[in-house]
Amino acid sequence: MPGARPRVAIVGAGPAGAYAAASLLRAHGDVEIDLFERLPTPWGLLRGGVAPDHQEIKRLQDTFDRETLASGCRFLGNVDIGVDVSHAELMRHYTAVIYATGAQTDKSLEIEGEELPGSWAATEFVAWYNGHPDYRGLEFDFSSPRAVVVGNGNVAADVTRMLTLSPRELERTDVADHALEALRESRIEEVVVLGRRGPAQVAFTSAELRELGHLDGVGIQVDAAEAELDPVSRQWLADEGTFTARRNVALLEEFAARSPQTSSGRRIVLRFLRSPVRIRGNHRVQAIDVRRNEIVRSDDGRLRPRPVDGDLETTECGLVLRSVGYQAVPLPDVPFEERRFVLPNEQGRVLTPEGEPLPGVYAVGWIKRGPTGILGTNKRDAEETVSCLVEDLRAGALPEPSDSGREKIDALLGRRKPDLVTVEGWRAIDAQELEHGRSEKRPRVKLASREELLAEAGSQTPRGPR
Amino acid sequence: MTYVITGSCIKDDACIDACPVDCIHPKPGAPDFETAEQLYIDPAVCIDCDACVEACPVDAIFADFEIPEKHEYVLDVNADFFAELSTAERTAA
Repeated sequence: MPGARPRVAIVGAGPAGAYAAASLLRAHGDVEIDLFERLPTPWGLLRGGVAPDHQEIKRLQDTFDRETLASGCRFLGNVDIGVDVSHAELMRHYTAVIYATGAQTDKSLEIEGEELPGSWAATEFVAWYNGHPDYRGLEFDFSSPRAVVVGNGNVAADVTRMLTLSPRELERTDVADHALEALRESRIEEVVVLGRRGPAQVAFTSAELRELGHLDGVGIQVDAAEAELDPVSRQWLADEGTFTARRNVALLEEFAARSPQTSSGRRIVLRFLRSPVRIRGNHRVQAIDVRRNEIVRSDDGRLRPRPVDGDLETTECGLVLRSVGYQAVPLPDVPFEERRFVLPNEQGRVLTPEGEPLPGVYAVGWIKRGPTGILGTNKRDAEETVSCLVEDLRAGALPEPSDSGREKIDALLGRRKPDLVTVEGWRAIDAQELEHGRSEKRPRVKLASREELLAEAGSQTPRGPR
Repeated sequence: MTYVITGSCIKDDACIDACPVDCIHPKPGAPDFETAEQLYIDPAVCIDCDACVEACPVDAIFADFEIPEKHEYVLDVNADFFAELSTAERTAA
């Protein structure tokens, strides 16, 4: 009987969704999985977030492909759940729905001038240089000699590298063509990176921090006084510091001890205990005012920055990229925890506002735990969610949906989404991008507009999913 | 010789599952697992079988004599990691 196989929809084909699909196939092979994606292309931030000069990490897509799309899981791209197909409709067609929608927006600095032209979320810059079709039209201005990056995490490190790498190095990556052309003309000489806390509290991995100090032809500058730890941080590092924190402090001491750069190349300036308080400019960003902080231990034992009275420093700049964290947005008709910006859940089972499990609804990745961890973190996270789902399946807790059967959802999608992108469409995009890349001796040349992507997928002509 | 994990590690634990002698640390559930930025191969236990190299989805693992130049520093990081681990184990004992 065809209705006997459980059918699972995964919403979002990023790393969390891909790991969830792979994990579900391993745990319960007798299942039909449909991987829905808003974009015409899969793999989320692996394609659109991971920096173009970190190509080795993008190889993970081969594993995702092998363990999901090449293992019977369907790709249903260019479908926006909540817009094209509602949550209620998904629930009518699937035994279970796993939300893997990530954290799509950025946290704001909540300071004056943040909305001035020239002030951006780092995530917008990232999406633009990685060829996300919705960000192609953004116009970044690289004509001023100084840019300021606010934040001390790996996205801050990524955008700092992208602003300082030479065109020759960018040409060896799959950076979007429009970004390559714009960055080629960049007149940026210096990128100042502001951390609100000290060297012991940076969120960089030591590998990414080290990389900033070893870029070809790019100098790094750290003020010796700022690299020196305050007594509170020194005590923390000795008592409870992580291996990474100790390495970061040692790296920053090493950078501070380097002799000043004499060559004419670009330079990165890492500042610590500095928070932006205002972005200034007449119609566009011209400077940023920065306040000094000190580290204090708060009542909960955590080390926090506290403002120090005194004069503000003013740093002239033409570009400000804020990178102080991602944030999820609510999904239509699904419970949302407004304070933590996640779907309320217990080990991946989504809960009603009353705290009861919402039958058949699950979450995985950043929409489940918040924007923390690295790629592989999603694997364990997915295993946890999938084990709940499989447990519920085996316990008979998931009733058969009313419109079960692949042909019913296919008929719905055929009516609503004539430009649906299936796995064949994605394979055509992938092959075209790789082929173009080969001809230019680059890893890949991305199709960066929705029109080009859909045209290549062959989905501009109406046809039903297969 | 030994195999060494470089900074491209994404903490996908495929290598841990593949390792026949259980020499890759920290392991999921260990106190330092969540804060670790990558995994490390204990050179004193590694039997040079290359199962982890095959398992790694981002090709982050190399034989110590074949590490690309830009990743050579990881040999020192790796040594520091296991030096600290053994100190911590002695202290805990």
